[in-house]
Amino acid sequence: MSPALSPPIRPEYDRVLPPFVEAPVARALPLPTRLWQQGWLRRGLILVALALLWEGLARWQDNDLLLPTFGATLSALVDGLASGEILERTRISLTVLVQGYAVGVVLAFGLTSLAVSTQFGRDLLSTLTAMFNPLPAIALLPLALLWFGLGQGSLIFVLVHAVLWPLALNTYAGFQGVPDPLRMTGRNYGLEGLRYVGQILVPAALPAILSGLKIGWAFAWRTLIAAELVFGASSGRGGLGWYIFQNRNELYTDRVFAGLLLVIAIGLVVETVVFASLERVTVRRWGQVR
Amino acid sequence: MTLVIERDSAVAVRAPQPPAAPREMLRPLPDPLLRIAGVSLEYRTPGRVVRAAHRIDLDVYEADRFVLLGPSGCGKSTLLKAVAGFIAPVEGEITLGGVPVRKPGPDRIVVFQEFDQLPPWKTVVENVAFPLRAARGLRHAEALERARATIDKVGLTAFATSYPHQLSGGMKQRVAIARALAMQPKVLLMDEPFAALDALTRRKMQEELLALWDEARMTLLFVTHSIEEALVVGSRVALLSPHPGRVRGEYNCHEYDLSSLGSRSFQAAVQRLHDRLFEPSPETAR
Repeated sequence: MSPALSPPIRPEYDRVLPPFVEAPVARALPLPTRLWQQGWLRRGLILVALALLWEGLARWQDNDLLLPTFGATLSALVDGLASGEILERTRISLTVLVQGYAVGVVLAFGLTSLAVSTQFGRDLLSTLTAMFNPLPAIALLPLALLWFGLGQGSLIFVLVHAVLWPLALNTYAGFQGVPDPLRMTGRNYGLEGLRYVGQILVPAALPAILSGLKIGWAFAWRTLIAAELVFGASSGRGGLGWYIFQNRNELYTDRVFAGLLLVIAIGLVVETVVFASLERVTVRRWGQVR
Repeated sequence: MTLVIERDSAVAVRAPQPPAAPREMLRPLPDPLLRIAGVSLEYRTPGRVVRAAHRIDLDVYEADRFVLLGPSGCGKSTLLKAVAGFIAPVEGEITLGGVPVRKPGPDRIVVFQEFDQLPPWKTVVENVAFPLRAARGLRHAEALERARATIDKVGLTAFATSYPHQLSGGMKQRVAIARALAMQPKVLLMDEPFAALDALTRRKMQEELLALWDEARMTLLFVTHSIEEALVVGSRVALLSPHPGRVRGEYNCHEYDLSSLGSRSFQAAVQRLHDRLFEPSPETAR
């Protein structure tokens, strides 16, 4: 071996390190950076920018019948809220919505529990979702009106249809993604049947279930508003969709926009308050999602 | 491995030789706690059925630290899963305390190699307490108390309220061991529990496991592919040959612990197992 190939032998050395005092080991971030890390602030800025864009566009357009300004819409909304009319409409819509959503969630959970425990359940779930998931809920409305009449029954029927399939698909996909060691751990404890599903599979698949719940909620909301637009007041008591439809007919465009704004606002609140808090105390806390 | 250190030669001469233990053989044996009698195991791939283990006969006695050692493909993990009740044997029978094993149950708690064996939605103390409530039917307070005591034993007192994702790999395995210990199973099954850890943590965990055994004297069935780990952790090693798994032999190693690493007799024992592991298989020799 040539001497050039062997590394040089260097002397060893030993150092005693004094405590590190030259600079603080950790320091605070500057204020703007800390502010920018607040999600609500960033999102609020997006909303403000959108409102300004709307206001600017409406003033440039200068036609209240086609596009009322953000200010006019807001005052129409405040009027509606003050008179209590829009609140009552919202209450009617939300009552129907929550009923349909709850029934859909229960059915989806039953269907997926069946699917994880039996081969027949799996076939049933995959066939039914393949058949019905592509069907727009609103297309079933004429049929629902025929079966359940002009009223809440038909609305709940189409809502269940809107929620059930996407939620069942998501939940089942989540169940299938549960890692094997975790499954075996659950069975090792002697858990079986519903206890196994409820205490192991559901928490482990919660990220997928939550995203299914979110999708189901959005589908339900849009289906409900669309259904109310189509057949309006059920037994004289119309919801938010009916409010929008009625005011469009009477060319109160600012009220139409106020109704739409409220639909958007409820969507934002449910997303950022209900689902975000649910995620914070569960899947984020448990480190299942970042 | 070249761990031989000359300074140990004086100790090594005095150390007993592994195969010479006739005095213990004379004592009448009690009934084995876990009996694996003529067990064959198969698993299914999409195309074919593969025999993982063939007519395995092994007896595990109470307070044994019984190690299943072998190369990959010798069916040692499959055998452990069969003892746990996740896989049914195609022939033979596994009995625990005279009762045949039919399905998974809390009298045989498994510590897996994977870190995701801990439900991420439970804190450390809840993870240990959960099976106590679910399977042993303890009351909430009782389960928490027992869980805390076991967590103290594995040195995780400060992390009792942390979630698994906040822990390092070694700490997660400690939780899994604590969970198993708290359940006081008839036999504790460990499936390469330290294989995914770094070398320093692994050594520390082996030491801790031996200390825990010294205190609790639980019965261990331990799967590994490391000869050194088998000799250090085990009191008796069963060597399995691959494709399909068959028992090549059983060897005593109760006299070794982490302090014997590098000693002459330990090296000799390693070499002995090494030779048997790497001998040419009869099929290829023919």
